[in-house]
Amino acid sequence: MSLAEPSSLPTSGAAIPKVQFDWRPVALLAAVVLLAVPAIGSTSSWLTLTVAGVAMGLIIFVIASGLTLVFGLMDVLNFGHGVFIALGAFVATTVMAGMAGFAAQGGFQAVLVVFCAMLVAMAVSGALGLAFERWIVRPVYGLHLKQILITMGGMIVGEEIIKMIWGPLQIALPLPDALRGSYLMGEASIEKYRLLASAIGLVVFGVLLWTLARTKVGLLIRAGVQDREMVESLGYRIKQLFVGVFVAGSALAGLGGVMWGLYQQNVSAQIGAQVNVLLFIVIIIGGLGSTLGCFIGALLVGLMANYTGFLAPKVALFSNIALMVGVLLWRPQGLYPVTNR
Amino acid sequence: MLDRLLSHDRPRSRWLAAALLMVVLGLALAPFLFPGAKALSVAAKMLVFILLVASFDLLLGYTGIVSFAHTMFFGIGAYGVAIASTRWGQGWDTVLLGTAAALATSLALAFVIGLFSLRVKAIFYAMITLAVATAFQTLASQLSDFTGGEDGLTFKNPEWLSPSFEPFENPVLGVTLDGRIFTYYLLFVAVFVLFLALLRIVNSPFGRVLQAIRENDFRAESIGFRTVVYRTWSNVLSAGFATLAGALLALWLRYVGPDTTLSFEIMLDILLIVVIGGMGTMYGAVVGAALFVLAQNYLQDLLKLGATAVEGVPVLSQLVSPDRWLLWLGLLFVLSVYHFPTGLVGRLRSRHR
Repeated sequence: MSLAEPSSLPTSGAAIPKVQFDWRPVALLAAVVLLAVPAIGSTSSWLTLTVAGVAMGLIIFVIASGLTLVFGLMDVLNFGHGVFIALGAFVATTVMAGMAGFAAQGGFQAVLVVFCAMLVAMAVSGALGLAFERWIVRPVYGLHLKQILITMGGMIVGEEIIKMIWGPLQIALPLPDALRGSYLMGEASIEKYRLLASAIGLVVFGVLLWTLARTKVGLLIRAGVQDREMVESLGYRIKQLFVGVFVAGSALAGLGGVMWGLYQQNVSAQIGAQVNVLLFIVIIIGGLGSTLGCFIGALLVGLMANYTGFLAPKVALFSNIALMVGVLLWRPQGLYPVTNR
Repeated sequence: MLDRLLSHDRPRSRWLAAALLMVVLGLALAPFLFPGAKALSVAAKMLVFILLVASFDLLLGYTGIVSFAHTMFFGIGAYGVAIASTRWGQGWDTVLLGTAAALATSLALAFVIGLFSLRVKAIFYAMITLAVATAFQTLASQLSDFTGGEDGLTFKNPEWLSPSFEPFENPVLGVTLDGRIFTYYLLFVAVFVLFLALLRIVNSPFGRVLQAIRENDFRAESIGFRTVVYRTWSNVLSAGFATLAGALLALWLRYVGPDTTLSFEIMLDILLIVVIGGMGTMYGAVVGAALFVLAQNYLQDLLKLGATAVEGVPVLSQLVSPDRWLLWLGLLFVLSVYHFPTGLVGRLRSRHR
């Protein structure tokens, strides 16, 4: 991972050659954004679409970051990641319905309620993640085939349990009134909620980067992604670390579920299965296990979806697949390949 | 004779043999034993699923490849028959032509997907196929001029197979023989023959190599087998059989839509059946599909009985509500993966020893 250069870490003694930051994927992202200006024509619609794309991309990033870390660290691909998304979204419907009166009092309260719903959703999803790791994933470490099957089974059961609690139908998850509507910037209209979602996504990205680059835990996680056995032989219990990452990833998926649900304004138990494909595309594009790659990949997917949705709606449905094929032709291991795999 | 028919892969368990015999006899005599439109539909669905799941077992159970694109091939078969029949009118030639075109498409697609992505790890392949299958489903629902979009296509079967075809005036053994029953027996014979062909494939030297690759692909490669070639073959063969299953389903339903053939739910059903029935044992497909389709259609009734019995008990009544049948199958699935990796068939066989 080229998340942080070794120079930023307390390396002692001999000078380690500085890792060159690989800027080409970032340039690709910038190129996509810039190329869209002439393609779309008007700057104001371009701005609207870009903000929408960034918001969507950041939501996807929040959901996918846990998945890619879990895969990078433990070689576990969780096909049941979608359950946490759905659970988070459904918990949010309950919380927000319960606090609807409070949310109606004003803009500040509305934002507070949304944050409250997100926190509760994260807690519940994290708790489920703990159980999921213990009962579903742990017995099948190292067995890829069984992992795919068992996490798929976990998703089926999880979806059914969600249907049992909240009913099988789609539930509306309306935004509080204060968060509806949009700001006008020149001729471009920018929805308030998209700004909020982008802000949250950026904060999550920042916190993740900081944790991974500047803390001991982050150092261990990055080291574990590179070479698990080496970290273990140095005396760290990578399994416990992994449980932590799994729980954090599930909590993030829950947060992403709330954001996604508010974005779509409705929630159904199948939400997880729907987003799953998008997630896989993102983490494949990013290079399995890489956080920065996941970030760039998510933004690319979000932006492409919005741009092509505006330019050629029929093509938009395949923009993700086309993007994945294109990226893999360029870099078969993904944008930021994780070494040692 | 029987040995040769089964390619020397006997059930190896009295219970399994009994179960298989029951399924085969039940399906063979279904129109006479269980009269009624619903029972016949259930039996036909069982037949289609037996073939579909057996073809998936070739991939998952025998070669150890997880693919989520199996419904895509299933759908191609169904759409092939449907599109040919709507475009060129009813008739045997169009059905055959549609099936042939679908087969060609499937085989080519499976070959390309296999060649491109079977070199990589199992997880990667699973994700790629999931993405491809989703794209295909979107494609099928978008090309509405060609595929009928979300509404699907309704078409007419060749005259012999249409419900209004009644060659005999009097009922035979109390059942009026009509086109439906002929269609049913067409399905039965086709599935029977194709299943035996699959059994033949997995018990051939080729099938042994596939199993070797499943157990240890590195070792298989170092013995001198080109694993990519074998994996691609397995992928192509399994896609071909799935396509035929799709064509049979289209003949039975006389309708094709994205939900009946391409949806992810069907993919999950296939996975559930393979694992519960027993991976790597062709017979698992038969037993599993029979049980699953029965459960899908009748477990709900059973749960309804249970639900009325515990009505009023807060959590329990929710758990046994008839809509939650998939929950129980899901739990059974998870438990099967852990505790009986060889599924029902493996259980029955080990009991015998």
